[in-house]
Amino acid sequence: MYSEDLLETLEKKAKRLRRDVIVSIGVGVAGHIGGSNSSADIVTALYFYKMRHDPQNPEKPDRDRFLLSKGHAAILQYAALAESGYFPVEDLKHTKELGSYLQGHPDVRKTPGIEAGTGSLGQGLSIGLGMALGQKLDGLDRKTYVLLGDGECQEGQVWEAAMAASAFKADNLVAIVDKNGLQANGRIKDRMDEGSLSAKFMSFGWHVIEINGHDMKEILKALDEADKIKGAPTAIIASTVKGKGVSFAENMVGYHNGTLTEERYKQALTELAD
Amino acid sequence: MIYTNQRLAYGNTLKELGKTNQRIVVLDADLGGSTMGKIFEEAFPERHFEMGIAEANMTSVAAGLAQTGKIPFTNSFAVFAGGRAFDQIRQTIAIGRLNVKICGASSGMSDFGDGATHQCVEDLALFRAVPNMTVICPADANETVEAVKAIVEYDGPCYLRLNRNDYPNVTPEGKKFEIGKPYVLRDGKDIAVCATGYMVAAAKEAAELLKGEISVKVINVPTLKPLDEECLRRLVGECGGVITAEEHNIIGGLGSAVAEIFRKDKKPVDFVGIEDKFGCSAHNYKELLEYYGLTKEHISAAIREMAADK
Repeated sequence: MYSEDLLETLEKKAKRLRRDVIVSIGVGVAGHIGGSNSSADIVTALYFYKMRHDPQNPEKPDRDRFLLSKGHAAILQYAALAESGYFPVEDLKHTKELGSYLQGHPDVRKTPGIEAGTGSLGQGLSIGLGMALGQKLDGLDRKTYVLLGDGECQEGQVWEAAMAASAFKADNLVAIVDKNGLQANGRIKDRMDEGSLSAKFMSFGWHVIEINGHDMKEILKALDEADKIKGAPTAIIASTVKGKGVSFAENMVGYHNGTLTEERYKQALTELAD
Repeated sequence: MIYTNQRLAYGNTLKELGKTNQRIVVLDADLGGSTMGKIFEEAFPERHFEMGIAEANMTSVAAGLAQTGKIPFTNSFAVFAGGRAFDQIRQTIAIGRLNVKICGASSGMSDFGDGATHQCVEDLALFRAVPNMTVICPADANETVEAVKAIVEYDGPCYLRLNRNDYPNVTPEGKKFEIGKPYVLRDGKDIAVCATGYMVAAAKEAAELLKGEISVKVINVPTLKPLDEECLRRLVGECGGVITAEEHNIIGGLGSAVAEIFRKDKKPVDFVGIEDKFGCSAHNYKELLEYYGLTKEHISAAIREMAADK
């Protein structure tokens, strides 16, 4: 049901986003490589397959909305926005420079295509719920997608939002958890074992889909399945590898917010070449 | 319709405005019966959201609603409205300058029975310190009606501080609320009292108490931020000193805002407010106000002291 061409195009695009992430960090400046590159396939599927959005008119009322609750992966969203045409790809290397419109965390006042500021973890699902409720009030058949980290799910507000979304039957809200198994200070299982996220979302009344977050076909299938669910929000629990695509960064806690040497920078770009 | 309670003025005004403005939505956290969000809920159930006892989520949901063009009002007690949701307000609403209105009801000592946990002495300081935030504290029910209208018209984040209890109006009915503008409520020439919220009434009474002894000008300051500096300077004019009066900690509230303005002038400023203490339970509002030094007698004593020092 998904052509090989489509899958290949999206996989290539995901690789491009990962490379953009490396370019935007550059050499000698810390950046959230790990959590950005674990989410790259999911974000690619949203921006280049699933969402109805218009880079020429970012505030078009009848758009689908994407909210990066794990705001520290801003560089990945900037890559997706730039590759979509919201702003020039060349600007990515100016991320975090003094005066840049590309801030360390998403800033709704500064960057086109950002729906709301995030960065303090655990709040995006609530903001997304507000948007989903707003879309319903306006009679729009549109969705709000929220990407969370699995470490982020330690924040209690995530579960306030999970409760409320279910109570409001917000079937136009889709939560996607990038389950890479690592948080800033180590393995989630070791630092603060949060148990089964699928079971938790299920018990809150969500429709839950478990996928491999690097398998493009599974991602597309899950996003399309969410369209068919009525009366309940959908949670896609996507198993991923932190730092995916850059061999030395994969599964390494140190690259949660890591710095690249000249040598590592070149190696990463080589590994992510078209 | 004349109200003598800010919460009733608030709830009914929201309902009135909601009739013609479809963008207004109201969120409550299981306190709608007290915040008077229930008045809006009864009129427009589809635009009222009961968020349960979860203020953080309520506040972020309001941010999302604002981003779809709605004008959300979040209601709770002042201690929870800002206290439980401070990060949500700061991170998304204030940094993003989103059009969310946060209503803190039962502020100051006005929830006299519930004690320190429910009596908010620090909300003005908290909200004033957040960039992009507008902070409004109406003197009475009349002013609340007009403040709500102004807040709906204003595009940006706003904190509205309300009192729980009934008391007579001291400001005129229907006076257009201008955000940022203090104004003279009673003229005088010796000492100026800048007051906000319930303390405007006490300040007016203090001025009457001193009639024939000291000429006291009473300035109502219903917007703590932004506070029009030139306007306040002009209003204080030739008065020899300024007393501030607020039902709030003397740290960070109206006193601080006024002192920030007059710090470069050779004009003394003194504070009447809560002396950096938490509240406690009492059987009525009046005895609590007396206990914490928030009466006309406390204000007139401060005025006398300042006048004697001149």
